[in-house]
Amino acid sequence: MTAEIRTSDGELLSVKLKKVERRRRTTAFLLAAPLLFFIVFAYVIPIFQMLGRSIDNAEMNSFLTETHEVMQTWDGSEMPGEDVTSTFYYELKTAVENKYHGKIATRLNYEKGGFTSLIKKTSRKLKNFDENANFLDQFIDVHKKWGDIEYWQALKRGTDAYHFRKYLTTFDYEQKFDGSIERIPEKLRINVTLWLRTIFVAVGVTFCCFILAYPISHLLSVLPTRYSNLLMICVLLPFWTSLLVRTSSWMVLLQKQGVLNDTLVSLGFVADESRLELMYNMTGTFIAMTQILLPFMVLPLYSVMKTISPSLMRAATSMGATPFHAFRKIYFPLTYAGISAGSILVFVLAIGYYITPALVGGAKGILISNRIAYHMQQSLDWSLATAMATVLLIAVLVVYWLYNKIVGIDNMRLG
Amino acid sequence: MNSKKSDFVKFEQVDKSYDGKELVVKGLDLDIAEGEFLTLLGPSGSGKTTTLMMLAGFETPTNGEIYFDGRPINNIPPHKRGIGMVFQNYALFPHLSVYENLAFPLKVRKVDKSEIEERINKTLKMVSLTGFENRMPAQLSGGQQQRVAVARALVFDPKLVLMDEPLGALDKNLRESMQYELKHIHESLGVTVVYVTHDQGEALTMSNRIAVFNDGKVQQLSGPNELYETPVNSFVASFIGENNTFTGTVKEIASGSAKIETDSGETIVANPIAVSSSGEKSRISLRPERVSIDPNEQLENKFTSEIREIIYHGDHTRVRVNLLGNDDFILKVPNASSDLKLNVGDKLDLGWSSHDCRALDY
Ligand SMILES: Nc1ncnc2c1ncn2[C@@H]1O[C@H](COP(=O)(O)OP(=O)(O)OP(=O)(O)O)[C@@H](O)[C@H]1O
Ligand SMILES: [Mg+2]
Repeated sequence: MTAEIRTSDGELLSVKLKKVERRRRTTAFLLAAPLLFFIVFAYVIPIFQMLGRSIDNAEMNSFLTETHEVMQTWDGSEMPGEDVTSTFYYELKTAVENKYHGKIATRLNYEKGGFTSLIKKTSRKLKNFDENANFLDQFIDVHKKWGDIEYWQALKRGTDAYHFRKYLTTFDYEQKFDGSIERIPEKLRINVTLWLRTIFVAVGVTFCCFILAYPISHLLSVLPTRYSNLLMICVLLPFWTSLLVRTSSWMVLLQKQGVLNDTLVSLGFVADESRLELMYNMTGTFIAMTQILLPFMVLPLYSVMKTISPSLMRAATSMGATPFHAFRKIYFPLTYAGISAGSILVFVLAIGYYITPALVGGAKGILISNRIAYHMQQSLDWSLATAMATVLLIAVLVVYWLYNKIVGIDNMRLG
Repeated sequence: MNSKKSDFVKFEQVDKSYDGKELVVKGLDLDIAEGEFLTLLGPSGSGKTTTLMMLAGFETPTNGEIYFDGRPINNIPPHKRGIGMVFQNYALFPHLSVYENLAFPLKVRKVDKSEIEERINKTLKMVSLTGFENRMPAQLSGGQQQRVAVARALVFDPKLVLMDEPLGALDKNLRESMQYELKHIHESLGVTVVYVTHDQGEALTMSNRIAVFNDGKVQQLSGPNELYETPVNSFVASFIGENNTFTGTVKEIASGSAKIETDSGETIVANPIAVSSSGEKSRISLRPERVSIDPNEQLENKFTSEIREIIYHGDHTRVRVNLLGNDDFILKVPNASSDLKLNVGDKLDLGWSSHDCRALDY
């Protein structure tokens, strides 16, 4: 049996220790509280809202609740019965009275094209309906599209409280009304191309940044402070300039009539008629993004390289290794932590890059993030936008997970 | 066995300047014999590391030529010199295990697997680190890391091993035991070692010969005993061991003895080492243990001093006295002679032979 140890004021040591421990934890928590608050309210909650929005259709469901309920018994193989059409009539009438039929039209139009005009026309003619006659016939009289069963199927599907169809759209698939999943017609496919292009650009930019940053970082780490500070300023200069300014300056440089082309033409490397297409395509996106993301590779590499003692390379050469061999076997492996930290940083930033591709990329150089912005701002299909954003988020998480599996997050050095 | 070369390594009028203005090594001439343990000893900034780095090939001499095993090596890159090196901070490869660290120089030489293993086992046994093969350097204590560094410099059987203050980071006890280990390794392998330190005790225990550096120049190159007993100039005398000094002017000089008048006006009979004519200024050096207390023998120099301070040191007592105007004159009294009663302020008769008292440069 161990004796109970007490402190000088008679308290049990273990109790006292716990108290101290608790106080320390509280202090730590209070110090971190603003950050936690910020993360929860500006990061976690919005992300969950976004996840929700990509599958949420509750508003639509609330507009046409009864129609939706009645339609559950309709199997969709033949035209709907009067129970459905009459319920729909009354609910649409309420919608017109309360002026939210426009929203219904827009939302249903995502399910099937032509719904906007269909709902609008029907709404206008609703007052002429005879509530004792057959509703389906009257609907068809207003617009012959109501005779097409697919519109009724779309109505049933479009009033589900939630659905995952936007995720299919994200990858250029669609769910037919009979429930089968198919690729959309070839000329409409764009998302997969964008995903592949985004990944290609992100990987490519990461690689280019690595190739360019490695020698710079090495130089930074071995140069005397006087020069390395200057070089560091050059590396960080882009950080101190607005992203928009930097991107625009790339536009000035890369245009057909831009500085780079002018120089090449005046030096005679390129004929005036065949000026290089450096902008509004992938080349432009690539060049500009590499330059802009370069510091994110340099900093982690530099911080790792600075800790590598120069005597290690000397030791290796004194043991008979050629400088190249010493580099490959000793120096390079010691920079893995920096390489992986820099790569993941650049990759994650590149995969969601927006302004630069939008401005320099043109139609041929835009990335998935530009498509998300398009759906947010122009097509107003927020569900699709958030579904794409969610896929992007998951992709990044998968990258982190793989990274953690392969390298271990603890080995990451960010500076 | 072929005869050992006396100029296995040869520095010939080697100068080195980093900035083109100041020479940090000046006209260095140095011969190192095969199988020798030579120590470069000197204060910080005296050019020891620079000398070592030129020999290893990491710095090029500004002037002069370095020969290794009969060949000039100024134009041979470090990796072709075949010189083992132990760095001050050990420079173990942190991402490789002890075994892989030791295998590195062997793999570079394309030694085959079984022999690599055999040699590593042998070398680890020599530095008593058997069983540590799979540890990473970070999992070793300072002394163990140091031994791995030594093992790694020896495992590929270089004919010459350079060590730059390899024991600098260790505590006193460990340093002393490592000194013996290194000495034994050197004796059993017969490898030539050039060793850098600024710890004179270390230099005196380990070396065959010591080159005392100051200001980019070798001040004295001789065995430990000689260096301590017969320093050739006042820098060496003051740098190695403890030393009492007087300054004065030569009055009379004959072979083997000189009469020197100290600044306080007394005359000391001294051994003229670096003075040659009367009228010269000189600094007289006298080791504390060469001074007798209450001398009854016939000694040329006998004076009375006054005790200023008594410091107990365990095995001996140091007594600071005022003698001939020098307030920092130190005596070492072995504690065996405890019958001696010492009190501050007492007068004490001292004496020493003219032979032990060396008249050096001013
Ligand atoms: N790479 C360098 N560039 C410029 N000057 C240098 C360089 N290395 C050493 N020096 C200078 O050369 C002189 C000799 O340096 P060195 O390193 O050889 O001294 P050391 O005897 O090894 O000293 P310590 O005992 O402190 O290691 C010093 O004044 C130092 O400032
Ligand atoms: Mg040094």
